[in-house]
Amino acid sequence: MEAAMGLMRRMPPRHSETALSALLSLLPHNSSDLLSQVDLPLQVLSDDDSGKRFILCEYNRDADSYRSPWSNKYHPRLEDAPYPSSKLRQLEIEANDIFTVYCDQYYEGGISSVYMWEDDNEGFVACFLKDGSKTGQGRRGYLEEGTWDAIHVIEVGPEEETTRYCLTSTVMLSLTTDDVSSGTFSLSGSIRRQMNMNLPVADGHLCNMGKMIEEMEGKLRNSLDQVYFGKTREMVCTLRPPSEVLPMRLPDS
Amino acid sequence: MAEEEETELSDDQKKGIAKWFLVNAPAGEIQYVSKDLKLVLNDDDVYNEAASEAFPVYNKSHLISLKMPGGFGDVLVTSYGELQDNEYLDPKTAQVAIVDHVKQACTKVRPATDEELPSAYVEEYRCALEAEILKYVAEAYPKGSSSVYCTNGKDVEEPGSDFDLVVVIAAARLSPQNFCNGSWRTIWNIEFKDDIQKLELNGKLLVGAHYFEEGNVQLDTKHECRDSTMFQCVNNKCSDLMLPMLLELMCEYRIRSPDDTAISVANLIRRHETAYMASLEESYFKLSDNTFKDLRRKLPITRTLFPWRSTRQFSLKREISEELGIGK
Repeated sequence: MEAAMGLMRRMPPRHSETALSALLSLLPHNSSDLLSQVDLPLQVLSDDDSGKRFILCEYNRDADSYRSPWSNKYHPRLEDAPYPSSKLRQLEIEANDIFTVYCDQYYEGGISSVYMWEDDNEGFVACFLKDGSKTGQGRRGYLEEGTWDAIHVIEVGPEEETTRYCLTSTVMLSLTTDDVSSGTFSLSGSIRRQMNMNLPVADGHLCNMGKMIEEMEGKLRNSLDQVYFGKTREMVCTLRPPSEVLPMRLPDS
Repeated sequence: MAEEEETELSDDQKKGIAKWFLVNAPAGEIQYVSKDLKLVLNDDDVYNEAASEAFPVYNKSHLISLKMPGGFGDVLVTSYGELQDNEYLDPKTAQVAIVDHVKQACTKVRPATDEELPSAYVEEYRCALEAEILKYVAEAYPKGSSSVYCTNGKDVEEPGSDFDLVVVIAAARLSPQNFCNGSWRTIWNIEFKDDIQKLELNGKLLVGAHYFEEGNVQLDTKHECRDSTMFQCVNNKCSDLMLPMLLELMCEYRIRSPDDTAISVANLIRRHETAYMASLEESYFKLSDNTFKDLRRKLPITRTLFPWRSTRQFSLKREISEELGIGK
């Protein structure tokens, strides 16, 4: 599995889907690990009942159907599918509502979804997802596109006075420009970080999780800036140091 | 849901997948990819077959540079210099390197035969251009390699026919301990069109970088450009009458020897590559300043953090909406 994850870290991000299918066919026994550990660009589906869109991921999937956080129904319909308990579902509904507001505040657009399910340790796991892209068009023939997809998975420990929250966040960022005069330029990929905290349960799960996510996203935004723009640009400048004027040679007379 | 029957992949399918992983490895990383791939594939025969087909493709596409035994310096592995499956010409030293693709090493060296080298006429241009390019690459790239090959018309003995040269420049910076690798490749095709005494340049520039500490971020850029300039062959075909006319038409150009032509081609290349570097910087700036900032605000419009509340009430959303002034 480690070797498989190693391969995923090296393949070009725009080919992640192909790379994952290839790995799944080579390692069918590790499919559940692969599917839960590898992040692909997010996809959305429309909820039949409300018309609202929701994000598809491993955490709301059963077989080939996906559960909508708005209607709590699987699309396409599925018999005998797993659902969160009604208590957890209440929390999930609230989380979806609040997370939508949060995303609007920070991202001014995009789609969000939250899924929760009980885990084996008397706690639960919550997954907050956000999908969205912005396209800018400047002068004719020039296209700028950016996509920011985020996946935050929080494992919540059994409820005690101080509860343990383990957050793993992945941001998939893709920035491209395509210009007749300067060719194609594409910066894409993902970075992943983790954060663990013990917080008083009296403050409320949503409050605790929300604050962690907000703090994490702030840190990630800085890391992304450093990595995407800083590190790769540093590498390019190392390859060929930019110079205002390189000496031009004049023909000998 | 019933457990799906395991469909075993055929050897051919496994080989195809293995080749895909190898060929798509970023610059300088194929050996790491091959290590992980061997573990995942768990089938040495299939791996070896895939490697023997994938490594040459990767090596040529990445323009890797190998050290030649015998103190002849480095040879670039490119499709332009490929004489046979694993034999690559180094025009600089007129040697042919025999290469083991999977090991990415040069195993032997032999002198090139006359048939493998261009004619003396073409060689004059090729050699002069190579000398200028070497100077340019040494100035512009801390660790660059270059070669100039004749890709067409290598047997042209005298003025009257077209021939083509190609300039290949490659620089790679490998820093796996810092989780960062990068490569710069440019290929300039130069067509010497004898009848109109004009040179046409077609350049392809490819830059890549890969950062992989706790993630996988890749830069991938491509640019193509063209230019042209006049050239005049060594044996001056112009009559005395033509000469003043030519001078009038293109006043900055004079009769050019291979050395002059080399200098002006190298200048064009230098100019375009420097301009491309500047446009890369500009793209970085634009994306970071506009697109990235637009994707996520540093803080909400309220300029405070999101008002998570310490209540678990259902009215949480209403309270928040009120605080944020959102109508609902």
